[in-house]
Amino acid sequence: MSAMTNTPLCGADILVQCLVNQGVEVVFAYPGGASMPLHQSLTRFENRIRTILPRHEQGGGFAACGYARATGKVGVCMATSGPGATNFVTCLADAKMDSTPIVAITGQVGTSVLGTDAFQETPIIEVCRAITKHHYQVMHTEDLPRIIKEAFHVARTGRPGPVIVDVPKDVQNRTILPDWDPPMNLPGYRPFRRANRDQLAQVLEEIRRSKKPIIYGGGGLIAAEAAAQLRIFAERTGIPVALTLHGLGAFPSEHFLCLQMLGMHGTVYANYAINDADLLLALGVRFDDRVTGKVSEFAKHGRIVHIDVDPSELNKNKVAHLPIVSDVGQAIADLNQMLDEEQYAELTRGGRYGDWVRQIESWRETEALRYPERDDAILPQHAIHRLWQIVRERGMLDETIVTTGVGQHQMWAAQYFRFNSPRHWITSGGLGSMGYGLPSAIGAQVAFPNRTVIDIDGDGSFLMNIQELACAHTADLPVKVLLLNNQHLGMVVQWEDRFYQSNRAHTYLGAGHDEEPYPDFVALAKGFKCGARSVSRKEDLDEALEEMLDAKGPYVLDVLVPHQEHVLPMIPSGATVRDIIKA
Amino acid sequence: MKMRHVLSALVQNQPGVLAHISGMLASRGFNIDSLAVGETENPDLSHMTFVVHGDDAELEQVRKQLDKVVTVVRVEDISSEDFVERDLMLIKVKADAGQRTELVLLVQMFRARVVDISPGTLLIEISGQERKIEAFIELMRPYGIVELARTGRIAMVRGIPNQKGDS
Repeated sequence: MSAMTNTPLCGADILVQCLVNQGVEVVFAYPGGASMPLHQSLTRFENRIRTILPRHEQGGGFAACGYARATGKVGVCMATSGPGATNFVTCLADAKMDSTPIVAITGQVGTSVLGTDAFQETPIIEVCRAITKHHYQVMHTEDLPRIIKEAFHVARTGRPGPVIVDVPKDVQNRTILPDWDPPMNLPGYRPFRRANRDQLAQVLEEIRRSKKPIIYGGGGLIAAEAAAQLRIFAERTGIPVALTLHGLGAFPSEHFLCLQMLGMHGTVYANYAINDADLLLALGVRFDDRVTGKVSEFAKHGRIVHIDVDPSELNKNKVAHLPIVSDVGQAIADLNQMLDEEQYAELTRGGRYGDWVRQIESWRETEALRYPERDDAILPQHAIHRLWQIVRERGMLDETIVTTGVGQHQMWAAQYFRFNSPRHWITSGGLGSMGYGLPSAIGAQVAFPNRTVIDIDGDGSFLMNIQELACAHTADLPVKVLLLNNQHLGMVVQWEDRFYQSNRAHTYLGAGHDEEPYPDFVALAKGFKCGARSVSRKEDLDEALEEMLDAKGPYVLDVLVPHQEHVLPMIPSGATVRDIIKA
Repeated sequence: MKMRHVLSALVQNQPGVLAHISGMLASRGFNIDSLAVGETENPDLSHMTFVVHGDDAELEQVRKQLDKVVTVVRVEDISSEDFVERDLMLIKVKADAGQRTELVLLVQMFRARVVDISPGTLLIEISGQERKIEAFIELMRPYGIVELARTGRIAMVRGIPNQKGDS
């Protein structure tokens, strides 16, 4: 396809050329009537942009999310109008909650019939306003270059997020001579924020006064590519680090200052430390209820410094003593520079927090993460722990990306698979979308064809987008699925056990307790021409994990696990660290 | 402490902006007493005025959430500044020939205007602050209000407004 010549082009070609100009290398696109011109165009650009065909638009949307989280680049998905577009709704809401940069392009009925309830017409922009960072309906082919430029700019800058671009079919078909580089028209959009020196000096004074400081770091650190600066800052000041679900990987899990995850299923020692701290440095976080529990009791013994690029997060759930609007990576880098100054030399002298660190270490020893030893069954925690150990022994941690569905397996993965660097952990946090694991793994695998991408999944979540095994096979994407199959919706079962007297309310997914496990995931996977195996005996686990890791193509390892295990520790919803359940 | 706040915003004049903003306010549970929108001298921009009841924390969130909307160019809480605010109302009142003089007297006292007369009614236009409008409505009630329409509040700071930071 000859690009950007002075010959007139149809809207679809203009749009796809604009994607090329934005550096897009792959789109996850499922065609339909209203997006056919776009797909026709994608065939003309196939040496520039790879088109991956998911088997459901939601799979395409989550794949775009997985691609974006693995790379930091904008993920692109495409669907037709009506049901194609509405299948993106969950993906967009997910990307909004988790600040994932994606651009979703939807076909739309022609402008002449817009608003007439035409075939496959949905007012998708009306539907998606509240769940996108921004949205466009393109009414004139001439606007395409500006809108695509703005859409990518909005998606990736500031606090990243999803943008939807709805393109009526006649806009795709009309031929014009485009202006390839029009100015953007975003007078109200100011994404670049940087703390000033006075604000950062106040942060350092807070640290100077503190005897028990702690860093509460979140996904914003990863979005801001702040991991390297955070490590320097934590090591120089000696301040320990607790991470949110989305912060995992922003600081090395195996670092002695790392307290692992905090919050509802965080480590006891992280939650104790947060509760006991006299200074909370909240970096790229939003005080989510799954982290804070009862928010008025959260970190109530300390002063709070909150740095985030989104001003609306400051003082939203929790009032900060020192709220600072800033790109968090820039702020930490600036703090590190200031630490070089003579006046702050005291802050980087080792051993400042001797008593505090000793206290934390004693909690870490007495309150370590643990799960029961059983030889008669494979416990899901054990399966994940062994997977991590084997990957680590193979020296593959740096080239292994883990995705998950939502539920118990997700929390155990967060606890027992340890991440030392960012963008190796991809999960649906804010929205908690089941079915996220396989398609997001596909997106990550497209981005990194030579890495090992493992979807640690549950049987409930996996079944929600199992059709994407067809995408993995046909697009030659060798994703691995570690399926922790307990025949139940484990997390809901856990809540039934704790809060509803174990009354099972539609949380059993099998076909009958006297029957074989259902469905037969090995047969399903083989039907999709993927490798598969089922294990239930503990002594077979390691060898099965090795087989999975060695498999050349996509592979499903179905691990039968008991459903009675609970994710522990647990701070019940709306409760406090005093209510922590340890057993 | 719950207080009445007036927010003044400049937004891009595009389809759906009003729907976006009103939807955002509703879904986040903010209580809006009044919302008025109209074009400015620049056809690319509209001016919106919000009257909100809430404490400082709620107001901070309303302002920040508005500011976060990509099409919102600028938003300010002008409550603490010296500003002018106006409502406009059209009110149709029952008036037979004998009552007209009396009504016109009230209209003059309130600096309102009679804009239409029919055999049985007067159509009156009045603008001003909310309290004045409310008082006028109460005065008209005994005559019988046939129909009433009000705009939302519009407001503007006197003189050259202070330039505030955008965070």
